[in-house]
Amino acid sequence: MDIYRENVLDHYKNPRNFGNMDKPDAKFKDSNPLCGDEVEFYLKIDSGLIKDVKYHGQGCAISQASASILSEKLIGMKISDVMKLEKEDVTAWLGSELTPSRLKCALLPVMVAKAAINEFEKK
Amino acid sequence: MIRTLQIRRIYSKDTTNTANKAKPHQLENLLNNSAKNHNWRLYMVDFSKLKNDFPTLKRKVNGKQLVYLDSAATSQRPLQVIEAMDDYYKNFNASVHRGIYSISEEATDKYEKAREKIAKFINASPEEIIFTKNATESLNLVSYSYGDYSLQANDSVLITQMEHHSNLIPWQQLTKRKKGSLLYAMVTNDGFVNMQEFDLQLKKKPKIVSFTHASNVLGTINPIKEMVKKAHDAGAISVIDAAQSAPHMKVDVKAMDCDFLAFSGHKMLGPTGIGILYGKKHLLEKMPPFLTGGSMIREVTLQDAKWADLPAKFEAGTPAIAESIGLGAAVDYINAIGIDSIRRHEIDLTKYALERLSEFKGISIYGPKDAEKKGGVVAFYLEGVHPHDAASLLDEQGVAVRAGHHCAHPLMQRFGVPATLRASFYVYNDKSDIDKLYEALKFTESILKK
Ligand SMILES: Cc1ncc(COP(=O)(O)O)c(C=O)c1O
Repeated sequence: MDIYRENVLDHYKNPRNFGNMDKPDAKFKDSNPLCGDEVEFYLKIDSGLIKDVKYHGQGCAISQASASILSEKLIGMKISDVMKLEKEDVTAWLGSELTPSRLKCALLPVMVAKAAINEFEKK
Repeated sequence: MIRTLQIRRIYSKDTTNTANKAKPHQLENLLNNSAKNHNWRLYMVDFSKLKNDFPTLKRKVNGKQLVYLDSAATSQRPLQVIEAMDDYYKNFNASVHRGIYSISEEATDKYEKAREKIAKFINASPEEIIFTKNATESLNLVSYSYGDYSLQANDSVLITQMEHHSNLIPWQQLTKRKKGSLLYAMVTNDGFVNMQEFDLQLKKKPKIVSFTHASNVLGTINPIKEMVKKAHDAGAISVIDAAQSAPHMKVDVKAMDCDFLAFSGHKMLGPTGIGILYGKKHLLEKMPPFLTGGSMIREVTLQDAKWADLPAKFEAGTPAIAESIGLGAAVDYINAIGIDSIRRHEIDLTKYALERLSEFKGISIYGPKDAEKKGGVVAFYLEGVHPHDAASLLDEQGVAVRAGHHCAHPLMQRFGVPATLRASFYVYNDKSDIDKLYEALKFTESILKK
C-alpha cells in the first residue's frame, strides 16, 4: 500500500476546512467504532448547492485526510452529485487502492456527508 | 532435512547416530530418559534456528522479509505439524471410531494418541479432554452445558475486566438467560486484577468464576491457584481461559485445581479448527451434552437416547481428525523444546521489547512492565501515530503486528484508547525481530508525526 504519499500526508498534517460553523444547514456525526475514527461534517446549502463546508474529526491519517480532501471537493458541488459519490471517487482522490480493512476509514467522511444531506432533505 | 536439524541440536550433547535420524517425537522419549534437567535444554536450544521449521516465515511481504509478531492472534505452524496432517490425508484417511478396517483403526489410534498427548501436556487424564473447534467453543460448551444446567434464576457469574470477548459474551448470554447478573473484578492502572474487588464480588456468591490465565492485551499472568482457591472457598466452580497461556507456559490442571480450562490449537503451533476443553471428570459426567447427534450416543430409540461415555458425549459428529493429529504433533514439537525453555525465551524477548520500545518518547505501554509477570505480549500506543496507520506502514516494511481492540472492548475502554498496537512473540522470534520492529516504528513515526 503506498497510500501514505505526499498528498494524503499533507491533508492529514494540514487539514483544510477544519473547524466550526455557525448555524449549518446540515450536519452529521458518525464514527467507526472499531478504530475510533470520528468525523462530523457541517454544510451550508443553498438552492441545491453546497456553499461552505467545515468539519471536525479525529482518527487515523486515512480517515482524516479523506475528510479534508472531501471538504475541498464538496464546496460548489450539487447535493445530488454528492449522493452519487462512490468508493472509486474516494480512492482516486487519495491516489491509491486500499486494503479492505483500511477502505472503511477512507469512506467514513463520504458516508457522513451523505447522511448530513439526507437529514437536510428530510427537513 | 533442515527441520530435524534444530531438534537435533537440542540433543546434540549426548546424541547418537540413531538420534540423528529420529523424528522429534521419537526424540522426546530419548530426552525423557537422558536429559530431564531443563537448564541443560535451555542451554542447548538455539531458538533462532527454529525459524527454518516454519515455511510462512520464509516468505517476503511487500518485498521485505516477513517479521511475524502476531502469535497471540495465531501462531505459525512448523512443517512437522503440516506433515502430520498430510500424512493422515495421504496414508490413513478414514473416519474414526467407526470402521473395523485397518486405516480407520489407524486413524482412531492417532486421534486418541493426540488426546493422550494433550492430557499429559496439561496433567489431565484423556477422558477429561474434549476436542472442540477452538477456545471460544470450549467456553460456550461450559456456559451452555454446565451453566444452563446448574444456574438458577438470579444466580451470578464473576469474570474480570481483562477478558477476551470469548470469555465474556458466553457469560453475558448465560446470565441474561437466567436473569442473573454478570459481576466484574476490575483491572488496576498497572494492569492487574484488583484482588480486593475480586474478594468483594465473591461475597455475592457467584456460581461460576471465569477468568483468563494470561491476558491477550496486557500480558498479565493472573495468580491462578490463589484465584481458583478463593472461588472454591466461595462455593463457585472455576473456569480458566488458557488460550494465551497453554502455548507459552506450564499449565497443570491438577496444580491449579481448576474445574474447566479452555485453549485453542492454532495458537500453539497446531492447526486452526481444533480446540480443547478440559473438565473435571465428575463435572463432565453430570453435565448434559452440548451438541447432539452421531458419535455421542450409546443407544438410540425412536423417542429417546442414552449418551456415550466421556469424552465422546461431548464430541458430536465427525471430529476434526487431521487437526487433532496436527495438534498432537504440535505438542511433540513444544515438548521437544521444553515449555519452560519457551517461557524463558519469551521472558527474554519481552524484556528486550519493553526496553527498546521505551526508547520512544511518546509511548504508552499497557500492562505490567515486569516481563516475569506477563506473557510475551506488548500492547502500546505511540503518541501522534494512529495504530491503524502504524500497522499499515509497518506492513509495508514486512512487520506484522496487530492493531485494534484485540477483542477486548471493556479493557480498551478502561484504558481510554480505541485501539493499540500489539506485538506478541513465540518460539521462532528472536531479538532481531524486535530490532526490526523498532526500526520500522521509527520510520513510521517520522512519516506520521505532525
Ligand atoms: C485470551 C483469549 N481467549 C480466547 C481467545 C479465543 O480463541 P479462539 O478465537 O481460538 O476461539 C483468544 C484468542 O484470540 C484469546 O486471546
